[in-house]
Amino acid sequence: MKDNSSQASNPLTRLWRNQESRGVIIQIITITLLFAIIALIGRNVVINLAALDKEFSFTFLTWPAAYDIGFSPFLEYTSQSTHLKAAAVGLLNTLLVAITGCIFASILGFTLGILRLSKNWLVNRIAYTFVEFMRNVPVLIHILAIYSLIITLMPPVKKALDLGGGQFFISNRGFYMPSPVFEPGAWMVGVAMIVAILSVFLFRRWAKKVQDNTGKIYPVFWISIGIIFGLTGIVFIAAGMPLSWDVPALKGFNFKGGMAIKPEFLALWLALSYYTACFIAEIVRAGILAVSHGQTEASKALGLRNNRVLQLVVIPQALRIIIPPLSSQYLNLTKNSSLAIAIGYMDITATLGGISLMQTGKEMETMILVMGVYLLISLCISGYMNWFNRRIKLTER
Amino acid sequence: MANEISDTPSAEATSVDSSDLIISIKEMHKWFDDFHVLKDINLDVRRGERIVICGPSGSGKSTLIRCINRLEQHQKGTIIVDGTELTQDLKNIEIIRSEVGMVFQQFNLFPHLTVLENVALAPIWVRKMPRAEAEENAMKYLERVKIPEQASKYPGQLSGGQQQRVAIARSLCMSPRIMLFDEPTSALDPEMIKEVLDVMIELAESGMTMLVVTHEMGFATAVAHRVIFMDGGEIIEENTPQEFFTNPEHDRTKLFLSQILHH
Repeated sequence: MKDNSSQASNPLTRLWRNQESRGVIIQIITITLLFAIIALIGRNVVINLAALDKEFSFTFLTWPAAYDIGFSPFLEYTSQSTHLKAAAVGLLNTLLVAITGCIFASILGFTLGILRLSKNWLVNRIAYTFVEFMRNVPVLIHILAIYSLIITLMPPVKKALDLGGGQFFISNRGFYMPSPVFEPGAWMVGVAMIVAILSVFLFRRWAKKVQDNTGKIYPVFWISIGIIFGLTGIVFIAAGMPLSWDVPALKGFNFKGGMAIKPEFLALWLALSYYTACFIAEIVRAGILAVSHGQTEASKALGLRNNRVLQLVVIPQALRIIIPPLSSQYLNLTKNSSLAIAIGYMDITATLGGISLMQTGKEMETMILVMGVYLLISLCISGYMNWFNRRIKLTER
Repeated sequence: MANEISDTPSAEATSVDSSDLIISIKEMHKWFDDFHVLKDINLDVRRGERIVICGPSGSGKSTLIRCINRLEQHQKGTIIVDGTELTQDLKNIEIIRSEVGMVFQQFNLFPHLTVLENVALAPIWVRKMPRAEAEENAMKYLERVKIPEQASKYPGQLSGGQQQRVAIARSLCMSPRIMLFDEPTSALDPEMIKEVLDVMIELAESGMTMLVVTHEMGFATAVAHRVIFMDGGEIIEENTPQEFFTNPEHDRTKLFLSQILHH
């Protein structure tokens, strides 16, 4: 009998047969290939940019943008501002619709998810139909539909609908409402509110301690609400109500004063929120259903009331199932907000990735920046959600 | 141990005083939609009495004991538990649930809480007991079911038998007057059945009123005052364990006994 294959004489063959060294060899080859491809692409870019007489640089960001942005609630922006500032306005607009969208989608989604579990036939069916219809139509269609509804069905500014007392108006240029004007002394109300929120935290800790020591259970939720509204309200009145309203009024071709919610923002925010809310509703429903019925029965048999069963047994277990898919819905909403470009809401895609790109011809640079921005936002969201998930994820074994 | 107490069941001899009744079920019916699952159930249980309920699967025995703490709602007839009638009145349901403990086939421990927290949860939130006192009390009951050393573990780390003993401790911690057991050993590996039955026998010796759905005939003989046989939603036969096993009256009882004793 000849000696078996493990005794191969060729050292290279022996390296290749060894599990560990084979792994190292494959990794070296993969990395080499990867870098070769990147280098090839990089070389192509450089050559082609040179052929087009373009140079790779970010100096265009300091050039004047020379276009208008209709919706810039946070920054002072004119067409003389730089591309960098236009990008900043776009970024803030993206963040605005993403954050408010995530909040509204969560509230609506949790509500819908719980309604879907209702034993009431009508409530259950309405929630079911809403969820199934909304999540099975593309979100871009929702955005366009709401936008055109506002634009075509709402009256022009001159005939704006007055929704009560000449304070709130609806027109096809947006919703107008009074904006708060803070007068001297308003800071006291702000301080009172912060103090109230801090004291709620302290109260909760104190209430838990009292329960641990004496067993007494306070209605923590209602007392917290009472502290926040009560304390803030008392200070507000004591400080002489340092708040007035700037009421919008029709002057010439448009409203002056007050606050306006633009139809672009409204359409995008609404569509993204309820579309995502329908997915969240299903996640919430699945999470609650995944907690076995035996858990509820055991808690009830122990004499716990329905609200305590939810608070102490069902929700802590359901949340652990809900949180991971919930974070990917937040990511979806944020990335879907780039569909803003379809209705002219000036987000980061429409400003930096749209008009700035067209005007400067810096495709490479703007796209790298836009992608980087979305990547950064997404990483922040998933970082936060992972942290939150770790916090609520208790050990089971 | 089983033999020591097998002579105590002599409930038939004692007189039935109505004030002594802790559970009184009269002409009770229950339907699941169209399915008539419980038919004209009449059952009186005296304080301290121990009853074993057996019967083929689907005979309504679990449903019967689940009606006693309102995990299932009956549609006709009356159920009075320790002087409180089970009606739509939520307050009554609350009173009865805090007096009736229940142990399930699938244990149903709370997986997100430690063993100690499982046991102390209801005393803290229902009896409004200070935490230290509730935990001390919980330790006492964990010692009684012989697993105090597992107090800080999670249910997922315990064996089935240990989990069921924690579940018993969790119910006992509410100092119930009645304990319901819904097939407490059916989900256990054979070698763990004894440790749970031992705890139940000890509980029986302490004078607890117990209703036990089980097929553990050894347990029934040793502990029960009465055995009730159910089939098709009806109580077919009830008797002392000795009479029930040696001298069953009804054909269906004989058939059932031959099926469970012959394997």
